[in-house]
Amino acid sequence: MKKTKGIPGHGAFTAERLARALLLICAVVAIFAVCAITFYLFAKGLPALHRVGVGELLFGTIWKPTAAEPRFGIAYIILSSIAGTALSVLVGVPVGLLTAVFLTEVSSKRLSAIVQPAVELLAAIPSVIYGLLGMMLLNPVLYKLEKIIFAGSTTHQYTGGADLLAAVIVLAIMILPTVISVSASAIRAVPGQLRAASLALGASKMQTIWGVTVPAAKSGILTGVVLGIGRALGEAMAINMVAGGSVNLPLPFNSVRFLTTQLVSEMGYAEGIHRQVLFTVGLVLYLFIMIVNLVLQRLRREGGKDDG
Amino acid sequence: MKKLIAIALAGVLTLAMTACGAQNSAADTTAATTAAATAATETTAETTEAAKLSGTVTLAGSTSMQKLCEAMIESFEEAYPDITVTAEYTGSGAGLEALAGGKTDIGNASRSLKDGEKQSGAVENIVAIDGIAVITHKDSVVSDLTAQQLTDIYTGKITNWKDLGGADEAIVVLGREAGSGTRGAFEELLKIEDQCAYAQELDSTGGVLAKVAATPGSIGYVSLDVVDDTVKALSLDGVAPTEENIVAGSYKLSRPFVMATLGTIEEQNDLVKTWFNYVQSDEGQAVIKAMGLILPQ
Repeated sequence: MKKTKGIPGHGAFTAERLARALLLICAVVAIFAVCAITFYLFAKGLPALHRVGVGELLFGTIWKPTAAEPRFGIAYIILSSIAGTALSVLVGVPVGLLTAVFLTEVSSKRLSAIVQPAVELLAAIPSVIYGLLGMMLLNPVLYKLEKIIFAGSTTHQYTGGADLLAAVIVLAIMILPTVISVSASAIRAVPGQLRAASLALGASKMQTIWGVTVPAAKSGILTGVVLGIGRALGEAMAINMVAGGSVNLPLPFNSVRFLTTQLVSEMGYAEGIHRQVLFTVGLVLYLFIMIVNLVLQRLRREGGKDDG
Repeated sequence: MKKLIAIALAGVLTLAMTACGAQNSAADTTAATTAAATAATETTAETTEAAKLSGTVTLAGSTSMQKLCEAMIESFEEAYPDITVTAEYTGSGAGLEALAGGKTDIGNASRSLKDGEKQSGAVENIVAIDGIAVITHKDSVVSDLTAQQLTDIYTGKITNWKDLGGADEAIVVLGREAGSGTRGAFEELLKIEDQCAYAQELDSTGGVLAKVAATPGSIGYVSLDVVDDTVKALSLDGVAPTEENIVAGSYKLSRPFVMATLGTIEEQNDLVKTWFNYVQSDEGQAVIKAMGLILPQ
């Protein structure tokens, strides 16, 4: 270090190179993290798949990890994650898309100035708060509903309102901000000439929105949907607090466990093969997220082509 | 360039200072704990001698005692840095076998010793008692269950409070996640291992407490020490879940945590004696309390 100090001009050159190296290091850290996580998950998750057997693990429905003869079937857990995510998207996306259309095309500027920050605030609320509210407000209401629907039933196990439905409602609200903000910017990016042309041809405002603007923003909206799926699939805290956490077939009024909550709730004390299986659960979750991301990248590429 | 060097130097300095600080505070804590340990034993001379002791104490046995042992070992090794304590969690039976075979200094068991085990020379040193309370929503009229009724509720044979003399209200069966020590103890004491039909599996004691408080008709189990007035603790076979009843042994949902030795503690080597002295000291007892366990006697 001392040597370089004496040579004028050389210091600046070194600083340049140092800065470049620093940037490179940062980039490498990010890539290294992804590679390390992937490698680690496969290394930790595959042994259990081998020991328990792919069929028994992925398609088995009995989860009794600490029994004398342990069973490690995660089929219901995988199904719960898929069902919970799909249903929440089914509920959340229409609401989100309509809100985005309202914000960008219909509402007055003053109203937008209120709704837009509200949506952004929704995104900023920590998931544990969603969970807490779900637990305090949603679960009791759903329990009342459960009692009415299953009145006199002898086979239904009462969950106290902590069920798949609660998880779906909470997730649907949680993905709203993502869907709304991404869809809204996609709709805003639609060139004004398209709207003007449609209106000039005699289409009404609603006809223009649904026939021209929304289809033109299709790939952007889909991106929002996929991001929403990713968020719902990866959410753990809020679901852990409202969904009950027993391993069951994902029916609306059943207590369910998702891939994420499976990890959260049992990692603490799991040992031996139980622990290894939890890593496999993590691997399955990771693969799902990877698929969602690949779809996302593809959509973005296609979106880019359309715009070009 | 100068700036860069300055930043790097500052970084190194900060690191060095933090390290020193950490060392200092660690030393302080050790000093403090040693001082406290001194107060706990009779004479200063004895402790200084004990503090000079070095070697290894081995524990083996109950998996349920893992949390207690880990906390105790951490606290112990801070007070006696020269003594290493190793623990294996192989199960109560295996631990006592290892003790009988001379493979370990202390055999951990989360149950009373059997007669055969006592005959082979093991002495039952109860260090703590684990008590579990059965709790329900505050509005529940039922205040006592038999062990059989509790078993039937948790295995799904009884699903409505009206079958137990309560209101016509569905029972919402709450419990802990697989792997939880409380769940293990509860199922083991009622002999319903892995037969439970839980409506909700929660991953913390606080979670069970909150859900039971919030859900009408719910029933759950928690460590005795956390029960508060947001829920109703049930008596079992007519015995209320109190510390006195548990220490007296009349409350069913409790079990002793035993650290068994071959022969009495007095017959053990100095290292093992030091360990038991520590467990009995104020710090050791504080560790036991912090684990939510009850002190014997």
